[in-house]
Amino acid sequence: MSDVAVGTLSSAPVSRHRGFARGEQASDVIFRGVLYAAGILVLTLLGLIIILLFHGGLPVLYAFGIDFFTSSAWNPVTEKYGAVVAVYGTIITAVIAVVVAVPAAFGISFFLTEVAPPVLRRSIGTAIQLLAAIPSIIFGMWGFFVVVPLMATYVQPALASTLGVVPVIGTLFSGAPIGTGILTAGLIMALMILPFITALFVEVLESVPPMFKEAAYGVGATTSEVFTAVSIPYGRTAIVGAVMLGLGRALGETMAVTFVIGNANRISASLFSPGASIASTIANEFPEAAPGSLKLFALLELGFLLFVLSFIVLAVARFLVRSRLET
Amino acid sequence: MSQRLPLRLARDATFRVVATLSAGVALLLLAWILWTLVSRGASSLSTALLVTDTLPPGRGGGLRNAIIGSLIQVGMAVIIATPIGVLAGIFLAELGDRSLLGRVVRFINDVLLSAPSILIGLFVYQILVRPFGGFSGIAGAIALGIIILPVVVRATEDMLRLVPPALREAAFALGAPHWHVVANVTLRGARAGIVTGILLAIARAAGETAPLLFTSLGSLNWSVDLTKPMSSLPVTIYQYAGSPFDEWVGIAWAGALLITLGVLCLNIVSRLLLTLGRGK
Repeated sequence: MSDVAVGTLSSAPVSRHRGFARGEQASDVIFRGVLYAAGILVLTLLGLIIILLFHGGLPVLYAFGIDFFTSSAWNPVTEKYGAVVAVYGTIITAVIAVVVAVPAAFGISFFLTEVAPPVLRRSIGTAIQLLAAIPSIIFGMWGFFVVVPLMATYVQPALASTLGVVPVIGTLFSGAPIGTGILTAGLIMALMILPFITALFVEVLESVPPMFKEAAYGVGATTSEVFTAVSIPYGRTAIVGAVMLGLGRALGETMAVTFVIGNANRISASLFSPGASIASTIANEFPEAAPGSLKLFALLELGFLLFVLSFIVLAVARFLVRSRLET
Repeated sequence: MSQRLPLRLARDATFRVVATLSAGVALLLLAWILWTLVSRGASSLSTALLVTDTLPPGRGGGLRNAIIGSLIQVGMAVIIATPIGVLAGIFLAELGDRSLLGRVVRFINDVLLSAPSILIGLFVYQILVRPFGGFSGIAGAIALGIIILPVVVRATEDMLRLVPPALREAAFALGAPHWHVVANVTLRGARAGIVTGILLAIARAAGETAPLLFTSLGSLNWSVDLTKPMSSLPVTIYQYAGSPFDEWVGIAWAGALLITLGVLCLNIVSRLLLTLGRGK
């Protein structure tokens, strides 16, 4: 840190004409040096995370090569490991979460920006934000002890007898209603990302210039028409970004999923069946992975995969959200 | 818009009803979760829980070591992450627009902000636990620190940007050096917002479980030694909730109630603080 400061100090022009004492100039150079150092530290941190996760999983790539990414095996006895089941579980649960959460987030953000009486807006908005503050593990416990039995006795049989008989999508909603599984994990996660997406939606919708909305009202549009024909199209880019941010969150969700996904290493056509996500596999299998074992390397490689997946999603999302809100 | 008016009004009304219902359902679910915690956790909640350590099944026990462990790890995380985070936030607000480095750091920070916390745990495992031969409280604290850091950076930058430029310019015009302006003018103006950000970050870190599984691991004994595995509330809840003993599950619910109350209080306090700070 001090190296940076001293290095810049010697080359910094001292602007005497502004009447600063030399000491003050030096203090500013040190100040900037410290700020730069803090910035670089944040940068280094993420760089290190990428490098170490990649490096940690390398032995498994030496052992299996590209097969690791195409194999659905997960067998500690024969030491055969593959990523397919976990990647499938991660993506499918995250997609369920987003598909369920986004319409609800539109509804709630419409309610908060247009319908709710102004006095209630803040308190209701805050209450919904408190949902986001509840730790993941609490969602997991609530999901496992409360939601799972309800899913098994009511929701899944009901879904199986209605959607389950529809051709093509029927297989998604068939199978034994055991409660834990992909669908339950997706639904719990939907509730977890809902407040997050809603908050971003509200922020975007509030940034719509009132004049656009008033113009639409002026030609006789109803509130919902202004919402769907003016506000949403205006904030389109940021809304897509917000949805992707939610998706990014869902991809890496760990504890809640670990509780309710059922932790089975298999892919089934039915959403009722137990599965595994990358994060749940790591959380579950890590305690049984001895240091230096192939299993540990496989878990680290899974971690790297999860990182790449969420990095791409988050990077795109951030680009979409920031580009809109900053202009 | 070519449809007849009654139809459009009916659709508008439906839209409003559905929107109101969805907000209602979200609030109900929040109430349901809180009710579950209270109804299942309150019965195991007692002072004994707070003054007894975790014990083997069948012998009662409490959560004292877990609570203290969590406090130590979160406290250390805040001590480590806050100065760096505030400085990096100042860097972004003061120097970030001019340089490529600033834009890159802001991007990286946004990614870190939403990065899966389990990966932070794996990272710290790789960098601290594996090379130094064991799980430790300090590794847990550092993992939580990395989770807090981006929240603090973002809050600091955002809040500094809300300070009216005229204030800064006035200070510069009086001949104040840059650090003086930041320390005594902009930081002072943004204080409430930054403290709010830190409190929210603490609330987030306090409930984190996944990163601690790979770093401080958890311990059933009383231990305040930072170089040894250390118990924490979330990890203990995780272990207890998944156990076959009703007694342990009961303690897990009590712990869950405690941690949720703490986190929600922090959230509400920080929001109030922000409102008060803005009101002045």
